[in-house]
Amino acid sequence: MRVLVAMSGGVDSSVAAARLADDGHEVVGATLKLWGGASDTGCCSVADVDDARRVADRLSIDHHTFAYAEEFEAGVVGPYVAAHAAGATPNPCMACNREVKFGALLARADRLGFDAVATGHHARVAVGDDGVRRVARGADAAKDQSYVLAGLDHERLGRVLFPVGSSTKDVVRAEAAARGLRTAAKPDSQDVCFITRTEGRSRFLGRRLALTPGRVVDRAGAPVGTVDAVEAVTIGQRRGLGLPGGTAPRYVLATDPGTATVVVGSEDDLRVPEQPVTAVGWAAGPDDGELAWQASAHGGLRPGRFAADRVRWTARQRRIAPGQALVAYAGDVVVGWATAAR
Amino acid sequence: MAPDPVVPTYLDHAASTPMRPEAVEAMVPFLTTHHGNPSGSHAAARHARRAVDDARDAVAALVGCRPGEVVFTSGGTEADVTALVGASLGPGPLAVSAVEHAAVRDTAHALAARGVPVVELPVDGRGRVDLDAVPANAALISVGLANNEVGTIHPLDALAERAPGAVIHTDAVQAAAWLDLPTLAAPAHLVALSAHKLGGPKGVGALVVREGTACAPLVTGGGQERGRRSGTPNVPGIVGFGVAARMAVEERAAKAGRVAALRDRLATGLLAAVGTAVETVVPAGSDRNHVLPGHLHLCLPGTAADEVLFLLDQEGVAATAASSCASGATSPSHVLAALGVADDVARGSLRLTLGWSTTEADVDRALTVIPPVVAKAAA
Repeated sequence: MRVLVAMSGGVDSSVAAARLADDGHEVVGATLKLWGGASDTGCCSVADVDDARRVADRLSIDHHTFAYAEEFEAGVVGPYVAAHAAGATPNPCMACNREVKFGALLARADRLGFDAVATGHHARVAVGDDGVRRVARGADAAKDQSYVLAGLDHERLGRVLFPVGSSTKDVVRAEAAARGLRTAAKPDSQDVCFITRTEGRSRFLGRRLALTPGRVVDRAGAPVGTVDAVEAVTIGQRRGLGLPGGTAPRYVLATDPGTATVVVGSEDDLRVPEQPVTAVGWAAGPDDGELAWQASAHGGLRPGRFAADRVRWTARQRRIAPGQALVAYAGDVVVGWATAAR
Repeated sequence: MAPDPVVPTYLDHAASTPMRPEAVEAMVPFLTTHHGNPSGSHAAARHARRAVDDARDAVAALVGCRPGEVVFTSGGTEADVTALVGASLGPGPLAVSAVEHAAVRDTAHALAARGVPVVELPVDGRGRVDLDAVPANAALISVGLANNEVGTIHPLDALAERAPGAVIHTDAVQAAAWLDLPTLAAPAHLVALSAHKLGGPKGVGALVVREGTACAPLVTGGGQERGRRSGTPNVPGIVGFGVAARMAVEERAAKAGRVAALRDRLATGLLAAVGTAVETVVPAGSDRNHVLPGHLHLCLPGTAADEVLFLLDQEGVAATAASSCASGATSPSHVLAALGVADDVARGSLRLTLGWSTTEADVDRALTVIPPVVAKAAA
């Protein structure tokens, strides 16, 4: 096969490329330049592109750099900012996988004559008895990335390879070291690549939005504190709300930038019997049986059943911020996905 | 059966053109046996000094200046930066065209950030500065003699008339291989050159500083190059530059005519084969006398430059979209934006540049390979 490997400059995609080359595929590496200028730091910096190129050199495969800054802005960062402006908290990695890596890049790979796109994601592709391909968890439970790949359908999964999904991270690192790849000991990437740890989410949003200072009220509407930016507050949060100490912990139950209000309540108030959802999708048709739902990249599993426009929890669960993805698993296999609604 | 070997078709001469074998040959002694530092006084030093001065004479002949006005640098970028930083002494503004190479453009931005007044001069659809926008009190005007992306040749005499008190700097890096600099660069007080664009090695260039023009050194130190550029001169590079400069002068007219004919054949063929292609800065029916002989810049609506370049590379055709950032990804062209080319058209830009070693066979192969690649990328 002719395979285009998306090489981030990290250890996983380095080993992914090496394994594909070993398997005799015609492999070309590509690094996506998604963000930042020539002297940036963090994700897809020049240093990362350099690492990817030098690994490709070591593997004797061609390497190209593709500029996807416009697609990344339009499909990932812009929607991320707009969602926060509306009081929602989306997962930008899912948008990037859908719009950029397995959207624009996969379409480009087609035009350029490739049979498949490979990435270094820790995930696998499972084919059910029904012949339908589904995303499945990677072998390393702690590094599993199936959550952020949910939404890839049968057709796209037929043109996608995850060569390290069957290995634990330790094995991947050891293999990289044994192959003499310079990325063997490189730290794992951060959560949201376009927000640096030093800047943080609030300051990033502050550069892109007019942030709304807000009142913090209890469930009865009585004011109890203030926040600098309603847009940077997330459901379930308990710190940074300007609340006096000495009382029982209070959690964010709801946010509304429109009325500049954050509602807080007890942990019990945070627990609800059902979660409204929107943008529901299924790998192979709706399933109203009990499934295990995951609401963040490494979050716990919540048993519940899908019904029309909501998930009914088997036992009460914490509220989920609007915009967050809910991914339904049957065992290790992704069978459905949805977005938390208000 | 093994596939036919891919014959590389090199159409990126504006990025770097192959070295003239004569230049390589002349450099070899200075990389092997002749290791003297030209600043010394012994025989080995004097030998190196003589070689550098021979090259200086050749570069002076290329530009039509006195040898003492040639300051060797590490390349075109250093020459541009030296000119802007060294000569932008105010009090009037620094005026730069909107289509300058990044060496000028980003330096102007850096100077603006330090408080130097900077004016960007808009250009017309061919890439020529709007003379009405030139401030009469400009202290320094920087306009490239020929644009690196689209190849437009810029007359400098009108600029000089517009702002008689201004120091004029021109980036002649692309022009030097093709144009009669003694005539066309005559209005400029400062002229930037690069060796590897005309068949010399990378890592060497020159700034011509005409007598009487104030230009403070950027690189200070041991006072080499008459105090205008310190640091031990790159003797082998300068020797190669000198040979390439001499050959550029000797061959200029014949080479320009031969390559322009090849370029015209390539342009005519591609425009006929790719119906959607639009030639940049050359309106339909126009001649190309205002464009460098080796330059052909096209926009291919409906394609992405990255994809066309990838497919061409697979076919052994080397070209570019005209500007690359440090990571190697193509970035939107400020030149096309300044020319008024719509974003969605500019996205499919393709720069094909021919040079001294380009052959009829190269053009034949480009005409065979490029149209199907464009069709594939536009699918």
